[in-house]
Order: sequence, then C-alpha cells, then structure tokens
Amino acid sequence: MLYRESGDFSETYKADSQTFPIKFDRYRYYAVLAFAFLVIPFVINDYWANAVLVPFLIYAIAAIGLNILVGYCGQVSLGTGGFMAVGAYACYKLMTSFPEVSIMIHVVISGGITAAVVTIFGLPSLRIKGFYLAVATLAAQFFLVWLFNRVAWFYNYSASGQINAPDRTVFGHLVTGPNTEAWAKYMICLVFLTVAGILARNMTRGALGRKWSAIRDMDIAAEIIGVNPLTAKLSAFAISGFFIGISGALFFSVYLGAAEVGEVFGIQKSFLVLFMIIIGGLGSIFGSFAGAAFMVLLPVLLKNVLVGGLGWDTALAAHLEFVIVGALIIVFLIAEPHGLAQLWRVAKEKLRLWPFPH
Amino acid sequence: MKRLATATVAAVMAAAPVMADLVFPSLSYRTGAYAANGIPFADGYADYFTLLNERDGGIGGVMTRLLECETGYNTEKGVECYEATKGEGSLVYQPLSTGITYQLIPKATADGIPMHTMGYGRTSAANGKVFSNVFNYPANYWNGASLVVNHLLDINGGDIKGKTLALVYHNSAYGKEPIPTLEALAAKHGFNLSLLAVDHPGQEQKSQWLQIRRERPDYVTMWGWGVMNQVAIQEAANIRFPMENFIGVWWSGSENDVLPAGDAADGYKHITFHNLGDDYPIFDDVAKYVVDAGKAAGAGDQVGTVLYNRGFYAAMLAAEAVRKAQEIHGVADITPAMMRDGMEALEITEARMTELGMPGFGPSFAVSCENHGGPGTGAVAQWDASAKKWSLISDFSSPDMSVIQPLIDADSAAFAAENNITGGCN
Repeated sequence: MLYRESGDFSETYKADSQTFPIKFDRYRYYAVLAFAFLVIPFVINDYWANAVLVPFLIYAIAAIGLNILVGYCGQVSLGTGGFMAVGAYACYKLMTSFPEVSIMIHVVISGGITAAVVTIFGLPSLRIKGFYLAVATLAAQFFLVWLFNRVAWFYNYSASGQINAPDRTVFGHLVTGPNTEAWAKYMICLVFLTVAGILARNMTRGALGRKWSAIRDMDIAAEIIGVNPLTAKLSAFAISGFFIGISGALFFSVYLGAAEVGEVFGIQKSFLVLFMIIIGGLGSIFGSFAGAAFMVLLPVLLKNVLVGGLGWDTALAAHLEFVIVGALIIVFLIAEPHGLAQLWRVAKEKLRLWPFPH
Repeated sequence: MKRLATATVAAVMAAAPVMADLVFPSLSYRTGAYAANGIPFADGYADYFTLLNERDGGIGGVMTRLLECETGYNTEKGVECYEATKGEGSLVYQPLSTGITYQLIPKATADGIPMHTMGYGRTSAANGKVFSNVFNYPANYWNGASLVVNHLLDINGGDIKGKTLALVYHNSAYGKEPIPTLEALAAKHGFNLSLLAVDHPGQEQKSQWLQIRRERPDYVTMWGWGVMNQVAIQEAANIRFPMENFIGVWWSGSENDVLPAGDAADGYKHITFHNLGDDYPIFDDVAKYVVDAGKAAGAGDQVGTVLYNRGFYAAMLAAEAVRKAQEIHGVADITPAMMRDGMEALEITEARMTELGMPGFGPSFAVSCENHGGPGTGAVAQWDASAKKWSLISDFSSPDMSVIQPLIDADSAAFAAENNITGGCN
C-alpha cells in the first residue's frame, strides 16, 4: 500500500537514479526537511536545543564522517575523539586569530585542517588492516589529546588549559557564546548537517563510494579491477576527517562554548561515535542519523522518565540508565546485527507488500 | 523496594501543585570515578536544606526545594542538568566541578543566575568587577597554593630556598589552576617546582610516582579528585614517601582518600578552609530532625566527614545569602537576581555562626563587589590513621595576597578583554 512503485514511472535517467526513487519516500523526506527547517526553529526552547537537538545534530555529522571511513571503506578508526579535538582546536585558533572572518568559514576550514591531519594518520592503513589499524588510530587519539594538553599555543596560553568560544554572528545573529538564541544554535547545526548528509549520500552513491565499497569488500580484488587503494583509502580518511572536523568545531563552538580536551574529546567519545554507527548501521547514511539519535536521546529520555517522572534517586537512575542502554544495545544487535538501518529497510520492504504479503 | 516505593510516593506528592519555594539545584555526582567524593558533598548540601525545612519551616517562612541532577562529573551532562533546572527558578548553581563551572560561567551570567564555586572553579572570578554573577568565597585554588607554600615556610623556619616541591595534578582545568601561582611563589621564595600531570580518571600513576622516587623532591603537593586521590596516597606509601611531606589541597583530603591506604597514610596533610569533625551543636539538630527522622540524603552515613561538612557549609552560606537577599529586597520568595545581591552583600560573622550552632566552622568575612573571593584563609589538617581522624595542626592563617592579587587582576582582565566586558562596581 505505502511505498508502492506502481504508477511511479521514471522518464529520465536522472529521475531513475535519484536518491529517493519512490514518490512516497521522497515526499516524506521533503516533509522531514520542511519540519526541521520551518517548524522546529519556531518552537524550540533552550532545553530542547542544548540537551537534545544540538548534540544530536552534531553527533550525526560525526557519525556520517565515521561511517564513511568504517562503514563504506572498511577502515576501523578509534581516533574520532582526537579528530574532533583537531576540529575544535582549529576552530578556536581561527576564531581568535581572525575574528573578522565568518564563523561558517572557520568551521569549514577546521574541517579541512582535520581532513589533512586525519589523512596523515590514515597513511598506516596502506600497510596494515583490521585490528592493527584500530591500534594505530588509537595511538592517534592519545597523541592528539596529549598534544592539545601539552602545547600551550593551542589554548592561547590560558592558565587553565580551557578553550572558550568568543561571541560570533551569522547574518547578524549570534551563533556562539552564552547569549545565543536556541533557534540560532539549532539552525547552524542543521544547515551543516543537511549539507553533510546530502554530500555524503551522493558521494557514497557515486564512483568514489563504489571504490570505497570495493576496498572494503576485498581490497585485492578491488586493486585488480583497477581501484587505486592509495587514493581510495586516503580519500576516505580525508572526507571522513572533514566531516568529523566540522562536528568537532561545532561541538566546541556552538554546543559547549568551552572545552577541555581530555574530558570532552577523550577515548569515550571515540567509542560513543563508533557505537552510534554500529547500532545505526554500518554503511548507511540513515543509520548514522538513527544511531546518533539512539545514543543521544535514549539517556536523556530515560533520565527524564526515571528522575523527572518517577522521582527515583538520581544515582539509582544513573546506574539503571547504563544497564538499560547496555541491554538495549545487546538486544538490538542480536535481533538485527546490521543495525537500525536494516530494521528500517526490512520495515520498508514489508510496507511495500502490505496488506497482501503473498 | 520500600525505598523505591517511598521515593515514588514522594515524587507523586512533589508533582502536586507547588507553592512558592526557594529552589536550590544540586548538580551532584553519585556515579563514576569521582563518586567517592561527590556523594558526601551532595549529602551535606541536601541535609542542610532538609534541616531548615524540618526545623525552621524553610528560610524566612519559605520552604526550600532541592533539585538534584546527576552529572557524573561530565560537562555535557552538566550542561543538560543546567538547562533542565534553570527554568524552575534555580537560585544558585554549585556544580562542584571546575570543568562544568567554566561551562556555566558565561551561560549563568547571561541568564542572570549566580554561581557559587566554593574553593574551586575559575580563581579569577574573585574579581567581582568582571565576574558579576560568580562567587568563590571564602577561598580559592590560588589561596590554597599559597597556603601550602606558607606551611612549608612555617616548618622550615621561613626559608625554603633550593628545596623542591612537586605538584601532582589532575590534568584538567582544575589541576592546572594552581600552576601560575606556584610558579610565582617559586620565583619569590627560590624553591624549585616540578610538575607531574595525571590524566583522567587517575587510576594509573605508576610513572609519576616512579619519577618522584627518582627525583626525590622534598615535598609533594597534590591537586587531585576522586579515585586519583586514593591511588596517589597508596602510591606514595608504596615508594615510602614520608607522608608528613605530602600535602593535598582541600579536595585531596577526605576520609575516602586516606582510608584505603590504611596505616600507611598516617601523617598525610591537607589544607582546609573550614573546620572539621562533627563536634558542633548544629549536628545534634541534624541527628534529631534529619537522620533520625529518616530524611537524610543518600545513605545518611556521611555526617561529620570532611566533604559532608563542606557541602553543609556551602548550603549554609547559600541559605545565609538568601536571608540577606530577603532582608535587602523585603520579599520572602526571592528571584535569582535578588539572590545575587544577597550573595554580594553577604556577611558572615562569628556571632552569626555561633547562633547557627556552628561556632568557628569557617572564617568570618564580608563579600563586596570588588572581592567575590573572601579572605582565603586556611589551616593544615593531618590524618591520624590509628584514630581514623583528621585534626588541625595549625591555626587558620592568611595566604600571600601580594602574589595572588596581581594574578587575579591579570587573568580577569584577560577574560574581560576576550569577552568585551567593561565591568566595574557602582
């Protein structure tokens, strides 16, 4: 009934190869975009922005970035936290060194700087694979955190080693600093996420994405059919780094406003983003969104239900939260090892045939 | 199960229409690597307000309401807690985390809510001309650093030239805070400073203590928190570092930190800005109205411990500021803006503390717009492992403000320039 292809004719190649070939799917996508851009900004308040939506949007960008590397190209990375720190510190240095330049440009350049750094740390991937590569990226994580803690230049020699985002505006509206309106914070993250999503979706569907998938599935075979592993792997590292850098820059400047590398961009962050894409679904852009939503929203929801709704002791609720989130992760992975994206795909298949499955 | 049931019932009752009340958010942490220190503080903070409600019917006739929110010492959760509680009319934030404090200083200032970061946070907030909404009386990190050095001067007859002091610190904003002061003091008194960073959470300190064993500094001071404290004291015992030469700041000196090392911790010292023990008349009231009535926060077994006392003291200062605000504005149900005025006009006298049943518990001081930092006085406490008790081994004395004040002025001026704050007092 829903998701029906019948009567939905493609008359051009372009129409046939668009992102959402089914009409219903396409309209749903437009509806989500319209809701996100035209409704939420008018109803959002500080709590929803700072505790729920802004972290979700930023983590979704990071998850897309990591998904390109891990899900599409098959190169395991445990350095996401450190790479986000590169984006954050690059953004901080740019913001304080060139205050007259727009923050939007700074965020994009921070992404570029991160891409360069990640590419350097991606070089070992040309020789090592799997667990060994994971260890190499783990080294990057620890090295970067150590570097930003150690070299005072990165935090402008402040006594505490903290970096603080100064006030910056886009079209006359504050987007960083404490006086930022909730909608402005939300909008800047949403714009970056939308662009990142569209870019990533199209890259992974195109020649570049096919090369990555070929490398992921069997690198020797890919090399034989003419995929250059050097460019394929390093482009995956660079593009992944670009998105992760943007998310790190936004995480620091828009979301937190002040950051300390060891606490905010530690190894836990790397694992958190990795969990997001594993739960969401490796090799799926939708999976990145679903995983980010799951990992950001669930703890907040549980906390509000247990402490706010039932009035439980905060410590008990916090411990129970770990148990519930952990149990749900296991349940999800047993029920559907390919993540939430696969559940979504199966649901769509079912809906296509519904109500006459045979 | 029974506790759960009562908690649920209490929540349902609490959800009933609320009357005017004074809301105190408690951004506590009862989970994670810092829980051992977070729990007693949160219990003390909660119990004082429970006592006021039970014994006096609140402050000035208005009941207090504590909003507890678990942060796990994590800045992201701290932000979430702040956003979740600020709409409820929260009067003052005390996050008990320097990281969260840095996060909240601009936000709370923009929202017009005061913060009280007692003995932690951003030290230069002592300059009220720049930090209008942040208070860190009665003492701050730089006072603590100076008090440590003063103690070393005392036991060395005023001359520590050529001695070596090692600072073992939590590698975060918190641990890095005292470094500029210690460097300035090292230049002034001619001692050598060696810095040893310990990364979060501080469970692994073998290499740092190996370095201490090799370099043999004359004294070690520590800016640690949570599990890091216990590990450091244990490691110091393992390398047989003389405990009486090991001095922690006030956050590295609770019972939880020294007990795991057993007898080996005997003689360990820490600096404190308030008094210790449970030998005060007010604790009889706590026993009567709070603990025996079954209303104690947490397990109710922390009364009289160092950090419980500190939480209790923090709550007392907040309550006194509320009284002051009620007096200034003539309204019982005050707003956060009025609370700020109350904090800035706060005056704690010995007579008032005696009246409250806490004679000599903390210093007498008066806050002013120019000075949000209080007197910064402190004393040295030493651990007696056989009696399992801390006792003060010195009087409360003043830090070397001739070194600290220029640092405060410089750092706050830098903050003001960065954020375009003109500041000033009217």
